[in-house]
Amino acid sequence: MKALRPALPLLLGLVLWQGAVWLWQVPSFILPGPVRVAAALVDNAGLIAGHAAVTGLEVALGLGLGAVLGWLSAVALALSPAARGAIGPILVFTQAVPVFALAPILTLWFGYGLGSKVAMALLIIYFPVTSSFLDALLQTPAPWLAQARVMGGGGWRQMWYLRIPAALPGFLSGLKLAAVYAPIGAVIGEWVGASRGLGYLMLLANGRAKTDLMFAALVVLAVLAIALHRAVDHLAAAALRRRFG
Amino acid sequence: MPRAWPGPYGQRAGVDRTDPPCILRPENGPVGPDRRAPPGLRLRGRARVGAQTLFGPLDLAVAPGRWTCLLGPSGVGKSTFLHLLAGIADGISFAGDLGAADGAPLAGRVALMAQADMLLPWLTARDNLLIGARLRGETPDTRAAEAMLERVGLSGMAARKPRALSGGQRQRVALARTLIEDRPVVLLDEPFSALDIATRVRMQDLAAALLRGRTILHVTHDPAEAARLGDHILLLTHRGLTELAPPRAPAPRPPDAPETLEATGALTRHLLACECQPAAAPSAEGLT
Repeated sequence: MKALRPALPLLLGLVLWQGAVWLWQVPSFILPGPVRVAAALVDNAGLIAGHAAVTGLEVALGLGLGAVLGWLSAVALALSPAARGAIGPILVFTQAVPVFALAPILTLWFGYGLGSKVAMALLIIYFPVTSSFLDALLQTPAPWLAQARVMGGGGWRQMWYLRIPAALPGFLSGLKLAAVYAPIGAVIGEWVGASRGLGYLMLLANGRAKTDLMFAALVVLAVLAIALHRAVDHLAAAALRRRFG
Repeated sequence: MPRAWPGPYGQRAGVDRTDPPCILRPENGPVGPDRRAPPGLRLRGRARVGAQTLFGPLDLAVAPGRWTCLLGPSGVGKSTFLHLLAGIADGISFAGDLGAADGAPLAGRVALMAQADMLLPWLTARDNLLIGARLRGETPDTRAAEAMLERVGLSGMAARKPRALSGGQRQRVALARTLIEDRPVVLLDEPFSALDIATRVRMQDLAAALLRGRTILHVTHDPAEAARLGDHILLLTHRGLTELAPPRAPAPRPPDAPETLEATGALTRHLLACECQPAAAPSAEGLT
């Protein structure tokens, strides 16, 4: 019963949705009911799965690359106050410019394929990863740093043995945010120009008034994003337990 | 030629400490002070944070190879003394003269042990002992770390992380870390004040046994602790620094011996007397 409790509001929502569709006789190209969406999902399972795999790959690559790049940037910025002064504003700029605005140019640069979508996902998660890890790196508890100074360690060793491990929770919270943002980046990329992926499929289905297929793709995208979020959450919690337990 | 000071300093359990062919040893010629011998400490001057005087002008001298307790109420700048000597007093401007009495720099000759154990929560007890070596880029000696944990009574706990240790056990790890650093000067900043009384007494005995022979400056607000451990006892109040006579028995003294209790009482009276003075707005003149 307990396991079902989170599903209850969802179930209620579906019932209301189906009820509204029946009651007002909404044409299915405007708003298909959940039953029809489910049917579309089953009918087009192979098609949707193929596109979902592409989107999943884009998201995974973007997330992986973004995490690595964000990690490296944060450590470099933490080591050098001069770099923080020079690059900090640029970092904020990457976040201030709407990614939608950059999508066309990224498509131009990296092509219609995987590259531009990975770049998109990477761009959108780079800032949260870098900034939350950098914040954590700059907030190593002062007594630990003092103790390290008395012991006689400094520079990159202090970074490696003290500040980076101490900042792990900050890095992980950036990663958790990134897991939510990365699918958005990939889908925006697919909207702007693609031949594969769930975003492309949704656009295609929408254009042909196959609204039920559009919703089916949307459902799969949502499930994908939630699964990714959950997975990263669990991994982060497990990493913290292993580290500090 | 025997060393000028006695005690367990330098002798790690299970590790034969053979002296390196040291050019700093006295028989090899007058090449300056031996950096391994515990030096005396001196601190003369005043310290401020911004426009506010923390202490001073004061003149503190710590005898080499002895245990000096610096007793005083909270807020008189006791810990600032330690931070200045350890070279970690950020944001404090000190005017005067401080360092080792032998004239050589103190950096690299000091270990610090504080009230908070300052163990790194992601490292095992063993690795917490080795963090100093890692930070300095030396080869960490796992065997020596385990032997040191055994000496402080934590055999079999080398693989535990701080969260899996009690407060007293964590302070033992911190003591072992202080010992493995093997520095001639050890600064103690109320290291036992968060422990319950039985654990505290046991920790005091252990620290006294293992640290003896080094130059110890031990900041505390507990008169009983000063009466137990101090070879010298200094009282720091808003009015300045006073040297008080320790009990005659050699430290560590039993906590319940009449002489220790009497000294505790006398020290407590001193603390009460200085607490009666209005602590507000101590002017620079009033502190001399």
